Amino acid sequence: MANNHQPEIGSTIVIEKVALNAILSRLREKGYETIGPRIKNDTLIYAPIEGMDDLPRGYISEQEAAYFRLTYTGHSRYFDAIPGAQSWKQFLFPPKTEIFALRKANDRWEASTPETKTPAYAFIGVRACELAAIEIQDKAFLRSDFNDPIYRARRERVFILTVDCMYPAGTCFCVSMGTGPRAKDGFDLSLTELEDVFLLTIGSEVARNLLDGIPFELASAFLLRNADQGLERAASQMGRKLDTSNLPDLILNNLDHPHWQEVGARCLSCTNCTQVCPTCFCWDATDEMSLDGKETHRERVWDSCFNPGYSYQAGGNTRPTIRSRYRQWLSHKLGTWKQQYGTLGCVGCGRCITWCPAEIDLTKEIPMLQEEAR
Amino acid sequence: MVAQLTTRPAAINTEHLLEPQWAEVTSITKEINDVSTYWLKFTDPAIQKAYTFQPGQFNMLYMPGFGESAISICSDPNDHSKIGHSVRFVGNVTNAIGRLKVGDVIGLRGPFGTYWPMKELEGKDVFISCGGIGLPPLRPAIYHILRNREKYGKVTLLYGARTPADLMYTNEFDDWRKANIDVQVTVDRGDSSWTGRVGVVPMWFYQFRFDSRKTAVLTCGPEIMIHFVIYEALARRIPLESIFVSMERNMKCGQGSCGHCQLGPYFICKDGPVFRFDAIQPFFNVEEF
Repeated sequence: MANNHQPEIGSTIVIEKVALNAILSRLREKGYETIGPRIKNDTLIYAPIEGMDDLPRGYISEQEAAYFRLTYTGHSRYFDAIPGAQSWKQFLFPPKTEIFALRKANDRWEASTPETKTPAYAFIGVRACELAAIEIQDKAFLRSDFNDPIYRARRERVFILTVDCMYPAGTCFCVSMGTGPRAKDGFDLSLTELEDVFLLTIGSEVARNLLDGIPFELASAFLLRNADQGLERAASQMGRKLDTSNLPDLILNNLDHPHWQEVGARCLSCTNCTQVCPTCFCWDATDEMSLDGKETHRERVWDSCFNPGYSYQAGGNTRPTIRSRYRQWLSHKLGTWKQQYGTLGCVGCGRCITWCPAEIDLTKEIPMLQEEAR
Repeated sequence: MVAQLTTRPAAINTEHLLEPQWAEVTSITKEINDVSTYWLKFTDPAIQKAYTFQPGQFNMLYMPGFGESAISICSDPNDHSKIGHSVRFVGNVTNAIGRLKVGDVIGLRGPFGTYWPMKELEGKDVFISCGGIGLPPLRPAIYHILRNREKYGKVTLLYGARTPADLMYTNEFDDWRKANIDVQVTVDRGDSSWTGRVGVVPMWFYQFRFDSRKTAVLTCGPEIMIHFVIYEALARRIPLESIFVSMERNMKCGQGSCGHCQLGPYFICKDGPVFRFDAIQPFFNVEEF
């Protein structure tokens, strides 16, 4: 691997796997906090990683409705385990952020918001569906008429290294949603893991500079075909599929369908699906006041359309039943989202299926509307 | 399938998306037992000077330690010296507002949302039909009509409340009548001195003559009342495009971000609260939607 000038943007290079360690340390030198998949309490989380030793090498994740197991199979690959409940949402749209703080002085409230430094994250191992989810949240938070300051500050600074999925899990259906298994654009670096080497596609000037001096070769046609074949196989091995051809109309024309009642009876309204969903963006604002009443922290926290209080107002609760809350979630996600943001709100990551304790599976619920559609 | 809205939100101050400005309570008008009007003035005169709103828009009022409530603006849009909010004391935040005294400060973000299409209504008969706390968001529209009375045809206010003691702004009704606004009132339950109408708002539509070609209906109030007002309006062949509804939902941000106020594809806080009825009709009769 003799080449050491800078690769071109758009080109695909091949590096030795250990070179990822150098990339990670360079990112940290540049002030990035490197976040990647790592094992904690027998599951996969996204947390700070120092180097490749922190990655779940040799593991796969088995996923089915209400089922997640991290299994060691001893293979030599770093990125085979499909992610767990967490997504990158928690970094760009944190579960809890302070909007402002106030302190009472002379009977008047004064701002006492401390200057906080916005973290610069380097996301290591973003799946194609997760990248699509980030782009969907961009549409919600970075609108021309509402440019969310908290989200924007984080999003502007982020470095994204995507990883193509070679071995999808049982609840994956990114192919149906047109988001994966390969990341096409919107990344700084895109990684495809082969048995012995990493292929890297350069997506930005930042990434190009980052690779300065790291030995590489342009990927050979053989390796590129190898990657293509792996990804074609992955695409054919999706654990789930969903016919999206008649969405969103199927849902919006069936808002009174009896199946909502049926699924509402099984749903626990636990909010798991909305918390693990990488596109769900609803939030609540709450005040946390000190006991002496002299200081208050206004915080933005994740909310869920499954919370009974979500639609509560003086006149009563707009959606008092679980049936109507489930319908709100799904008819938004796979229906009205399209009118709001020009895209469906689902990327096919399968988290809502894996993490639903009641085994509710939207890829099975939607066809019910289809079959019985009036 | 999404009908085009005829009204658009006013520009908002993008520098303060989530942080309120401070306003001082300059006076408090007790309207009825559980509703008072809070007259606010920004502590920063420059903001007060720059602040404008359209009839039907709302503000987010913030009580530190309690939270925010979406409250419609009930004052005259032409009066730039103060901003009025009629607040019913029902929840945590509004009850905290109820404990404010003159001179206290409160946080304010806004104005948000769409507004009554006063310009489009020119030349038309305007039939305002509202109930209870649904009158405050319509009062700025009435003030606008008073100031531009010659631009509008027949103007009617049909207003209902639970009891005679729950009727708001009654001391202004004579002024409105003098300006040739037909103010008609009804209550759900009368008392021993009540000699007026008894019954809910929609049931009195039969007493009015509508020229369906040139009448616009503006309505705000309990959702059940709105349902039947629309039913009565449609029965009189008022086109969907001539009915304007102000909707209400739980709101946290006022800017279509927090998600709470969704009605189908709409965020009521930014695509509403004022909708031309054809926009929301597909979702209007879906139970618990």
